[in-house]
Amino acid sequence: MTAPVHVLGDVAYFEPWWIQIIKAIVIFAVILQILPVTIVIERKLLGRFQLRYGPNRVGPYGLLQPLAEIVKFATKENIRPTTSTGWLFILAPVISILTAVAALAIVPFGDTVDIFGTQVGLYGIDVSVGILYLFAFGAIAFYAPMLGGWASGSKYSFLGAMRAAAQLISYEVAQGLALVGVLMTAGTLSLTEIVHAQEGMWYFIPQFVGLLVFTTASFAETNRAPFDLSEADAELVQGYMTEYGGAKMVAYLFGEYLNMMIASLLIATFFFGGWQLPFGIDPPTWVDPFVVLAKMSVFLFFFIWVRASLPRLRYDQLMSFGWKVLLPLATANALVTAILVVTLD
Amino acid sequence: MPYDPGNDVLVVPRGPEPGGVGGTYRVFGETLRGMKTVFARLFEKPVTIQYPEEKTPVYPRFRGRHRLHKFEDTGLEKCVGCSLCAAACPADCIRVVAAENTPEHRVSAGERYAAVYEINMSRCIFCGYCEIACPFDAITLGHDYELSDYNRSDLIFTKEMLLSEPLERTPLRREGE
Repeated sequence: MTAPVHVLGDVAYFEPWWIQIIKAIVIFAVILQILPVTIVIERKLLGRFQLRYGPNRVGPYGLLQPLAEIVKFATKENIRPTTSTGWLFILAPVISILTAVAALAIVPFGDTVDIFGTQVGLYGIDVSVGILYLFAFGAIAFYAPMLGGWASGSKYSFLGAMRAAAQLISYEVAQGLALVGVLMTAGTLSLTEIVHAQEGMWYFIPQFVGLLVFTTASFAETNRAPFDLSEADAELVQGYMTEYGGAKMVAYLFGEYLNMMIASLLIATFFFGGWQLPFGIDPPTWVDPFVVLAKMSVFLFFFIWVRASLPRLRYDQLMSFGWKVLLPLATANALVTAILVVTLD
Repeated sequence: MPYDPGNDVLVVPRGPEPGGVGGTYRVFGETLRGMKTVFARLFEKPVTIQYPEEKTPVYPRFRGRHRLHKFEDTGLEKCVGCSLCAAACPADCIRVVAAENTPEHRVSAGERYAAVYEINMSRCIFCGYCEIACPFDAITLGHDYELSDYNRSDLIFTKEMLLSEPLERTPLRREGE
């Protein structure tokens, strides 16, 4: 099937519409099943890091803990402050999930594979503007904390939202610039093509600085420790989501964990060869998604490990680190990469 | 004349100040060191005591639920109903009503015995004064600390409850533990 020409971006490979729907459902379902497991594993790992057990009461090894919590949150009373702006208050957590799920659409889990005589790409869709698409939705994701905090009609939520938005904007810049090096080396914006370009050498070797900057900025982007000061569970009572409770708060947390998984997937895709295996091991194509998920879990572990280890930054430290350390590093990395790409060509 | 500290001053070695190349290097190194320390904890056994399944062991002199004792050979109660424990109790939680022993109905070794012996556990402060006051070592404080209940009236322990063995043994702390 030939790819139709699009105004916004070309699509490298295109299946019939019904396969696309099935693919969307499968990707969504799989990631949604991994998400609660991530939460319970995170809590158990945090426990082990602190010489305790973590949840182990609900179900075998405490694995049913997220289920119990979902029931708890879903059956909570639906409270909102009288000063809040109704539809914006409800829309904000939805945006949080929506942008995360949208970013999931272009993460490649594998190459095209032959399923019952039909060529199917193991990704949502392979757009030629992949990275731009990512950052477009990353920019929309600012509105989740911003609208949430503002629509709550509470000063504390508003302050938390301001902090969150300032943090996200400062780190988005560094994150974007860190990827410039990758896309110059690969010469393409499509995520699938970037993975293909890493066949000789994974980009964490030539783009090591990019990896460091991107990973650090990802921590800030996903509001995770040590950059979780927009939430700061202990002293700020969750910042922009102070006024949220029940299902709406779960939506925020859901978006946060989904963002964490996407950040892990992106690190694996951009710097660790996506679905490829090292040392020339070339398994059949159906193994590819498992390779990607395995790499993702490694980076999820790293996220949890960092959360258990590092204390939270102060707000001014966060800002000066973002603008004075990460941004110059990312810029220098992009410049050096550009010079090397031009001279070596 | 300005003060000259001379050799009394202790020079504390400090790392480079934050900021600058040295500080950045130090921050990076220290961060990795901290992460290594945390990672090492993953291979240690948790220190948690899983309470309902395993209990915290107590020291031999731990003061928990009271016990009333009997003579092992004759089976008679040690308590003679003198009410010294009730007099010594600062929380006023012990109630003793004494009765005379008769040859047909002999309960204790002495002249009298405690017909009623109640301890209100919701008032007891586990000071152990009753144990000290008792001239016959009839009452001691045991090792059981699981004393919660749903009703206040259930917390008034009668003589039969205090005489019987506890339903579950509380583990004793081993030597040097």
